[in-house]
Amino acid sequence: MVSEYRIQGETGEWEVVIGLEVHAQITSKAKLFSGASTEFGSEPNCNVSLVDAAMPGMLPVVNGECIRQAVRTGLALNAQINLWSRFDRKNYFYADLPQGYQISQLYHPIVGEGAIDVPLDEKDPDGEVKTIGIERLHVEQDAGKLMHDQHPTMSYVDLNRSGVALMEIVSRPDMGSPAEAAAYVRKLRSILRYVGSCDGNMEQGSMRADVNVSVRKPGGELGTRTETKNVNSMRFIQQVVETEARRQVDLIEDGGTVVQETRLFDPDKGETRSMRSKEDAHDYRYFPDPDLLPVELTEEFVAEARASLPELPDAKRHRYEQELGLSAYNAAVLTAEAETARWFEALLTESAAAQKASEADVAKPAANWLISELFGALNRLGKNLDESPVSHEHGAELLALVADGTLSGTLAKQVFEIMLETGDAPAEIVEEKGLKQTSDTGAIETVIADILAANADKVEEYRGGKDKLFGFFVGQTMKAMAGKANPQVVNELLRKALDG
Amino acid sequence: MANITDLGVAEIRDGFRAKDFSAREVAGAFNDAVAGAEALNCFIVTTPEKALEAADAADSALAAGTAGPLAGVPLGIKDLFCTKGVQSTAASHILEGFTPTYESTVSGKLLEAGAGMLGKLNMDQFAMGSSNETSYFGNVVSPWRRNDGGNTPMSPGGSSGGTSSAIAAHIVPAATGTDTGGSIRQPAAFTGICGMKPTYGRCSRWGIVAFASSLDQAGPMARSVKDCAILLEAMAGYDPKDSTSLDEPVPSWETALSGDLTGKKIGIPKEYRVDNMPEEIDALWKQGTEWLKDAGAEIVEVSLPHTKYALPAYYIIAPAEASANLARYDGVRYGLRELPDGANLQDMYAATRAAGFGEEVKRRIMIGTYVLSAGFYDAYYTQAQKVRTLIVRDFDNAWAQCDYLLTPTAPSAAFGLGDLSDDPIAMYLNDVFTVPSSLAGLPAIAVPGGLDKQGLPLGLQVIGKALDEQGVFNAGLALEERAGFSARAEKWW
Repeated sequence: MVSEYRIQGETGEWEVVIGLEVHAQITSKAKLFSGASTEFGSEPNCNVSLVDAAMPGMLPVVNGECIRQAVRTGLALNAQINLWSRFDRKNYFYADLPQGYQISQLYHPIVGEGAIDVPLDEKDPDGEVKTIGIERLHVEQDAGKLMHDQHPTMSYVDLNRSGVALMEIVSRPDMGSPAEAAAYVRKLRSILRYVGSCDGNMEQGSMRADVNVSVRKPGGELGTRTETKNVNSMRFIQQVVETEARRQVDLIEDGGTVVQETRLFDPDKGETRSMRSKEDAHDYRYFPDPDLLPVELTEEFVAEARASLPELPDAKRHRYEQELGLSAYNAAVLTAEAETARWFEALLTESAAAQKASEADVAKPAANWLISELFGALNRLGKNLDESPVSHEHGAELLALVADGTLSGTLAKQVFEIMLETGDAPAEIVEEKGLKQTSDTGAIETVIADILAANADKVEEYRGGKDKLFGFFVGQTMKAMAGKANPQVVNELLRKALDG
Repeated sequence: MANITDLGVAEIRDGFRAKDFSAREVAGAFNDAVAGAEALNCFIVTTPEKALEAADAADSALAAGTAGPLAGVPLGIKDLFCTKGVQSTAASHILEGFTPTYESTVSGKLLEAGAGMLGKLNMDQFAMGSSNETSYFGNVVSPWRRNDGGNTPMSPGGSSGGTSSAIAAHIVPAATGTDTGGSIRQPAAFTGICGMKPTYGRCSRWGIVAFASSLDQAGPMARSVKDCAILLEAMAGYDPKDSTSLDEPVPSWETALSGDLTGKKIGIPKEYRVDNMPEEIDALWKQGTEWLKDAGAEIVEVSLPHTKYALPAYYIIAPAEASANLARYDGVRYGLRELPDGANLQDMYAATRAAGFGEEVKRRIMIGTYVLSAGFYDAYYTQAQKVRTLIVRDFDNAWAQCDYLLTPTAPSAAFGLGDLSDDPIAMYLNDVFTVPSSLAGLPAIAVPGGLDKQGLPLGLQVIGKALDEQGVFNAGLALEERAGFSARAEKWW
């Protein structure tokens, strides 16, 4: 399906063709080829083994967990798992690359062709999707980091990241707009986080993208592409596509030609600039790393990896819609992040238990409360779900109190506010503050009688046909009962007293 | 009793256990011999105190009944092995002053077995060379001289030339070598000693400065087959830190040594008759065939048709791997750093590597870089890998007809230092008989067979099937027993 995104040039409309190479750090305690820790934020050069520093005579030994995670990710991307893959050396000199080569997989990646479906309108998850092809996924080492701000004339090197395992996930050039590119990365990130193979943290550099962009006249021959390296946020990915496509269109229309080159994105200026052209491109002299044996996987290993996969976001969303009866939008919101779905499912289980009902019966109020109440509150507090002051146990308890009539909607909101502040259990709050709803007809009738007596004129008006006054009586009754009266009972008794 | 420094590994081990002498006496004797042989330039660093320390520990262990299998035996360690707290340079300037904080698996196993270390042996720089002339620390001189009355300094072979020279000069009883294309076997042949390159993967490469990872193997060098067997038992074994090390049990090779080859078939590969090979080497080869027949073996002629492509393939694959393996010597983290005024990172790399690497190392880095370059990769590297596969197949086919192969070790006796240093191709030809088995990862031993007319040693090589070190040792022993090689270089140093 063709994207409708177009760049308006002087010579007419231009189509944009986008391919992404996403580098995702594999979640693993140890690096790809050494036992060193991968902890983020350690002091410089504290997570460095002899292997990572490329001391003489040191040898890489592949970390099986990283291989397993790559296979699980490949399976989640509906991709071909290659039972035979191999590591190659990519040779170049740089101070952040101690070995003088990066161990990567050029010729025989561990994962081959796959595809994921990306919704074109994220507000309408059941609407049109676009299938984005995955060309390959391979495993490689990360480099270290240069620090230029430590000394007036020298650069320092931090090797903590050196040797950390990355997956490079290469898409087909199947995206046609900045929004599609962002939607693809968002979907990919969601899948990786579900699988648990990458934390998807773009700020910490756990996930970053090389953005390949070219332009062409609609339906025409593919143009020459440029590659903008290391783009580390969804917003920047979109900006890179926009500015780079615009730059290319302007260049071509001014009579120039796009050169195949590597570019860098400057987020401050919002523009890309040339890093090196094809002519200066490295000859990486890839060849099989003789220190490592080929990675040979058994069918059993792959089957176990498959069995270890959690329910993935699309499947989960469908189940929420079909089995729990949630709206497509709610289902999409609740399944976009693995953490949200986990939280929701815990809430669901506890709600069903507390109300002695089925999950399907309690799902809608639980989803509504989570999305409108808790998310709203967390947003206000600037907190993530995992920092929520309200636990899912307490959430379930609150929902149960509403369901059994102990709390009205209004009271529930009050209790919830207190829960947010104190983290106390709702039942305790209800008890302590006496916020329990009353359905005691005797008490309510007494109050109603007083109110009708005190407002005889309004009673007359009402009975004379001014129906709207009913709301007034409800309000007065509720106010007199400090909001604790069961509104349904109040309605019934008022009708009886007024219309009787 | 014989001079202690004339004893080999088994004799020292046994004499020490029999309390004929203490480990300290042994270490002292060899320390003195080492100190008295500076003219040979065998050592880059000597560690007499380490040898004594290990000896004292051995003496105490013997008294306590806990002496290890190599207790009391002092050894030389080739400088390619990283040794904890002792400078390890691979005979290069770029690693001059580099003192590892870790011990290579192989040298660690030897020390663990109770051996002591006399020092770090000189070698061709990064194990690249066949004459020991590429060392940054000056060439080693062989104890051997031609019998022409002249005093031409002779090459001890290479790259394990410090090792071969020291053993032949009886300043160490035995030592470690490493072999990538013949670096144990050719120097053994040049100096009249034994040297064993085991099956690729038998010995861990962890902590050995890498030259060509798919070929490098550590192995023992000593004055007898038995000593080699004893040492290899201590050196070999699976190491999870080396992905290419073999998870195979280490047999007791020494115990099963036997020169009886009844029922065994020895293959004579016809392609190993090369042009211009000295008549005496051919004669020794024939003699070796007779010796093995005498030991009960049957002789068959076999063909290894791709042999002539082995050397060119080797000189593509080994430099290709080396070009990447040596990229880490960049002046950033350890070793030499040359930082000219106003230098940027690239300048520093260039200056450091220009000053730090010798000519032969640079040549191989350039060859390796070239054969891996875009546009040349398929013509060279891919092609060489195909040749390697064919070489492996040649051997597999041969094993259908025989148990071992007998060949000369090197195409000539030792040459004078400087004779070949201007002609790299002639130098590379030294490896013509050793390279094919390296490419195939097979075990092979060099055993001295006799002297040529000039009075210089000549060696024979036995190649065996993968993991059949026992068979190779046994065939080597059969040769050794019959050759009765007892010549030794007259002391001039």
